[in-house]
Amino acid sequence: MLLLIGKRLLSAIPSVIGVLVVTFLLTRALPGDPAAYFAGPAATPQAIAEIRKSLGLDKSLPEQFVVYVKDLARGDLGNSIATGRPVLEEVRSRLPASLELTLLGLVVSVGIAVPLGVLAATRPGSWIDHSCRVITTAGVSLPAFFTGLLLIYVLYYLLGWAPAPLGRLDIFNSAPRDITGLYLVDSLLVGDLETFWAALKQLLLPAFTLAVFTLAPIARMTRASMLEVLSSDFIRTARASGLSPGKVVYAYAFRNAMLPVVTTLGMVFSFLLGANVLVEKVFSWPGIGTFAIEALIASDYAPIQGFVLTMALMYVLLNLAIDVLYIVIDPRVGFEA
Amino acid sequence: MTSVPLLDVKDLSVEFRTRGGIVKALDRVDFSVEKGEMIAIVGESGSGKSVSAYTIMGILDPAGKATSGSAVFGGQDLLRAKESELRELRGREMSMIFQNPRVALNPIRRVGAQIADVLIEHGGVTRAEAPGRAIDMLKKVRIPDPERRAKAYPFELSGGMCQRIMIAIALACSPKLLIADEPTTGLDVTTQAVIMDLIAELGAAQGMSTVLITHDLGMAAEYCNRIVVMHAGHVVETAPTAELFNNPRHPYTARLIAATPRPTASLRGLASIPGSLPDLRATHIPPCRYSLRCERKTPDCDKPLPVHRQKDGALVACWNPL
Repeated sequence: MLLLIGKRLLSAIPSVIGVLVVTFLLTRALPGDPAAYFAGPAATPQAIAEIRKSLGLDKSLPEQFVVYVKDLARGDLGNSIATGRPVLEEVRSRLPASLELTLLGLVVSVGIAVPLGVLAATRPGSWIDHSCRVITTAGVSLPAFFTGLLLIYVLYYLLGWAPAPLGRLDIFNSAPRDITGLYLVDSLLVGDLETFWAALKQLLLPAFTLAVFTLAPIARMTRASMLEVLSSDFIRTARASGLSPGKVVYAYAFRNAMLPVVTTLGMVFSFLLGANVLVEKVFSWPGIGTFAIEALIASDYAPIQGFVLTMALMYVLLNLAIDVLYIVIDPRVGFEA
Repeated sequence: MTSVPLLDVKDLSVEFRTRGGIVKALDRVDFSVEKGEMIAIVGESGSGKSVSAYTIMGILDPAGKATSGSAVFGGQDLLRAKESELRELRGREMSMIFQNPRVALNPIRRVGAQIADVLIEHGGVTRAEAPGRAIDMLKKVRIPDPERRAKAYPFELSGGMCQRIMIAIALACSPKLLIADEPTTGLDVTTQAVIMDLIAELGAAQGMSTVLITHDLGMAAEYCNRIVVMHAGHVVETAPTAELFNNPRHPYTARLIAATPRPTASLRGLASIPGSLPDLRATHIPPCRYSLRCERKTPDCDKPLPVHRQKDGALVACWNPL
């Protein structure tokens, strides 16, 4: 298992290098001049040239790339021009925020979608099947920011049940000591239940918003996969052996049906992590998606490169996790494959 | 034949709802199985052999429905039994093994655990005892090194091994009836004989009745005392094996025998049966579903099919038997 993980990590190196080169070139190819942008509209050409020189943008592309890679090797992702803070620090504080939100959103989503898909598959044509279809269609057709605004309007503004959508914690609580960066985990680790509840309350609405949006692919995949497995030969054998329906559905069908669902889950997760900018905006969530979009608008090279690199690494790790999960679920997946 | 048969199927008709219309898969099928007897149901693909078996076991696809008849097993009509009652019978009183054993086993569950599942469900075996009992079953179906094999997954075993596992699952609770649905399809020839011998031997040892479903008349003749010949959802002839071979009465049986390889026949002498099964969706299926392929057709054949029964239980459904 460890060998496999090592091999996978090694084989990911070329793609990470590819990502480095491509993002570097793409950010340079973007329209807009960061030097002019930060010098402001009233700046003289000399001032702009000065800024360009200080940013190292007057050098040739290969030279800039060498500088970038050298910095990277020292663990320096550069500084954001907009905020002046090191990109690494920004990513370190914002990635856990996005991760926590996305993970909880997915947990909620899986918690609803998988049972729904299983029930729909075991009772095709029933009211559960139809409501599964309606819920998933509705979930995917409502834009996430709209669901988010609706939830805020009803649960915060009208009913007052939810806290104000102002980031990861309300003003009365301070962040727990930074261990993993995930507030829920950190507050539990230090045994601070009050902060845990406060963080959870802040998380619930945005996580649910994400969950509504991701219900559809997961529920659909679960249903389709379950239907296929339930019609397979070994399920017929299990039924012919008189096993109870619960045993047939859960011990026999469900585990076999999980493989494509795990794949879908991985895809949804990696897509969400960088793409839930709108949800982050609506809930003032200090996530990494918002950070990247703002940097992109400002032609702020270092944060964009930092963001894409982080995403690439996350993607490598995620795929690795999925492969490991596959091995756990399916003994046919070879360790050497 | 004064004793009550273990399984008595009478007048069984099954219909399937499909997109193309209603398919009359079985039409008034009659056959019975005595205690300890091994019978064969023979017929070409699509003749309704497997549908008969699935209907009896109560594992028919939801699109299929028994529209008439009865299947009495140990005094209970299986067609009218509740699903929970059937589930009690399945695996304990009657079991089934299937073709293509490698896909008929759960691919991601250890084979020992699959045997143990049945034992826990029906055999009154505790969770702690089950693995040991599963290994005993593996020994019984003569799997070498059973302790190690119990921990194997189906993909790690050969087709023949997988079929032994299937047999172990089916016989785990010593059922009274075993339905073997083409148990040797997908296995190589030497393995086929070994598997059939194993089924026959274990069945005889337990006094179990066996229904062998096959398209191989030669195999049916070798292992079974009686043969039921099916064609397009009809039972066309039932007879003791020797009787059927020496004196086939239905034209279809005669053609089947002529199409079966045997030492005395040259390959050229093997006759294929002309035509194919009639379209069972048609609203006007002929009363004799073989009449379209039959060389002995007479004007009578368009009248309702007669069933001639002999006192030894043999029957032939034909206007113009041989």
